[in-house]
Amino acid sequence: MKLTDIKKDFKENKVIYLMLSPIIAYFIIFSYVPMSGLLMAFQDYSPAGGIFASKWVGFKHFIDFFNNIYFSRLIRNTFLLSFYDMLFGFPAPIIFALLLNEVRNKYFKKTIQTISYMPFFISMVVIAGIIVDFTGSNGVISQIVSLFGGEKKNWLSKPEYFRAIFVSSNIWQNMGFNSIIYLAAIAGVDQELYQAASLDGAGRWKQMWHITLPGISSTIITLLILRTGSLLSVGSEKILLLYSPLTYKTADIISTFVYRKGLQEFKYDFSTAVGLFNSVISLSLIVFSNKMSRKFSETSLF
Amino acid sequence: MKQKKSFGEIIFEIINTIILSMVGIACVAPMVHVLFGSVSDPVALTHHSGIIYKPLGFSMTGYQLIFQNANFARSYMNTIFYVVSATSLNVLLASIGGYALSRKKLMWKNHIMFFILLTILFNGGLVPFYMVVKKLGLIDSRLAMIIPNAVSAFHLIIMRSAMSEVPDSMEESAKMDGAGYLTILYKIYIPLTKNTIAVIVLFSAVAHWNSWFHASIFLKDRKLFPLQLILREILIQDETSYIMQGVGDFRMSDVYAQVIKYCTVIVSSLPLLCVYPFVQKYFEKGVMLGSIKG
Repeated sequence: MKLTDIKKDFKENKVIYLMLSPIIAYFIIFSYVPMSGLLMAFQDYSPAGGIFASKWVGFKHFIDFFNNIYFSRLIRNTFLLSFYDMLFGFPAPIIFALLLNEVRNKYFKKTIQTISYMPFFISMVVIAGIIVDFTGSNGVISQIVSLFGGEKKNWLSKPEYFRAIFVSSNIWQNMGFNSIIYLAAIAGVDQELYQAASLDGAGRWKQMWHITLPGISSTIITLLILRTGSLLSVGSEKILLLYSPLTYKTADIISTFVYRKGLQEFKYDFSTAVGLFNSVISLSLIVFSNKMSRKFSETSLF
Repeated sequence: MKQKKSFGEIIFEIINTIILSMVGIACVAPMVHVLFGSVSDPVALTHHSGIIYKPLGFSMTGYQLIFQNANFARSYMNTIFYVVSATSLNVLLASIGGYALSRKKLMWKNHIMFFILLTILFNGGLVPFYMVVKKLGLIDSRLAMIIPNAVSAFHLIIMRSAMSEVPDSMEESAKMDGAGYLTILYKIYIPLTKNTIAVIVLFSAVAHWNSWFHASIFLKDRKLFPLQLILREILIQDETSYIMQGVGDFRMSDVYAQVIKYCTVIVSSLPLLCVYPFVQKYFEKGVMLGSIKG
């Protein structure tokens, strides 16, 4: 493209470029400038000097992180929390959608569906607040457990229960909303298959197993592969609300560690290095899983 | 084709109905517990054990206390301000940005899209992002709740694909009549993509209403706190002293603490819970849009 063409285009369509300018400016300021801030990870960063005057130290902060006594614990916690969340949280909306699809009374179906979306609209703070209230030493869970002769305790302060609390509350929060996509996929299954199957004498259970499930399997596989890609990118918001030094043993993950080191202990350079390490691994997982998805189901994010 | 139901089929339906009813109950039980707890007698509430399935006595003391409380009321107003301004800005920028990006003849179109999409996959992380916001002087300012979230790459993508479905002929004939880009956007594109705009408005409003993390790192001044930060103090950090200012007798604080927690949950969640059933088709549409181009 010649310079004169560019000039002409700008002149004719200046309104369009004016419309784009706030968007471009936003991404430069809030995405690309922070990316350049990643250089801090390779410096002994001093806030007074900024990026230009700080001393370069190469991979020092990364090596510090690998030698950190919590390194293996952080990796293990991040992976396990995410893995259990996927193991139990991934099938839940599929099973829910399959069962919901078998309901013949449409008012009952609609009601359950609407109710199941409700937890999605409750804020993270409120959900964490309810968890704190219910799992307290005199909370609902303790009271129910003590009815059966169990011991009352503060469940949230015990590292061995943290993963169960995290995963089960996630399922409660997301199952209904995540089922939307599967219900849509089920609606797309060819109805003639069901008629043919029932003529052949297949019951409802068999129809579900042999028609509905295979009918949505490509959706399931795509979502599963993409979910695998985010195995190391666990969101920290809920954990920050629920964990405490008592439960760091199972609850402290890379992103909460980055938060504490960076914004509470002000080790900007070290925290940035840990964050960068996490992003690079996550990004490679996402790119890899996306390649797999494209290969197996011909759908991909990019 | 009406068939008689077999015995197995009837059993299947009964079990299925029972399971789904239990799922439904499990979804609402915690909120019902909190709702009934919030209108219960504060003393009865502290002595109760197990799930609350009916109000224990009746008292509106908790609600009176939080509505009289200046801290709570101010944070509620702050949240409304943040939600309205951030959502408006999101929608405005998504519409004009989506429109500009959907122009077929846009120069460097693919490069610009790559520039935007890359930010979804990779970012500078928490500390560099925080430092940019700090350098801009947004810390402890209301703008910190609006500007850093002004644009979403996800919104741009769905607006762009909605607007590229509008037939070019409409734009061309409008141009013949002498309409400029702004008029075309306002008179043709926005009315034709109003469903997608509704999706963005709703997702964005819910996200801003419920968000707390950015507020917790960007705001130190209590006067600017949104509702969710006050809720975090009350529910998670167990700090009810600010809200107890209306309680004359400090010995009553322990008694009121529980009922106040429940009341704050209800007052903060009720607006969304009352509205979502009426607009749920937009949320369903949003999920489908996201799954096509996430």
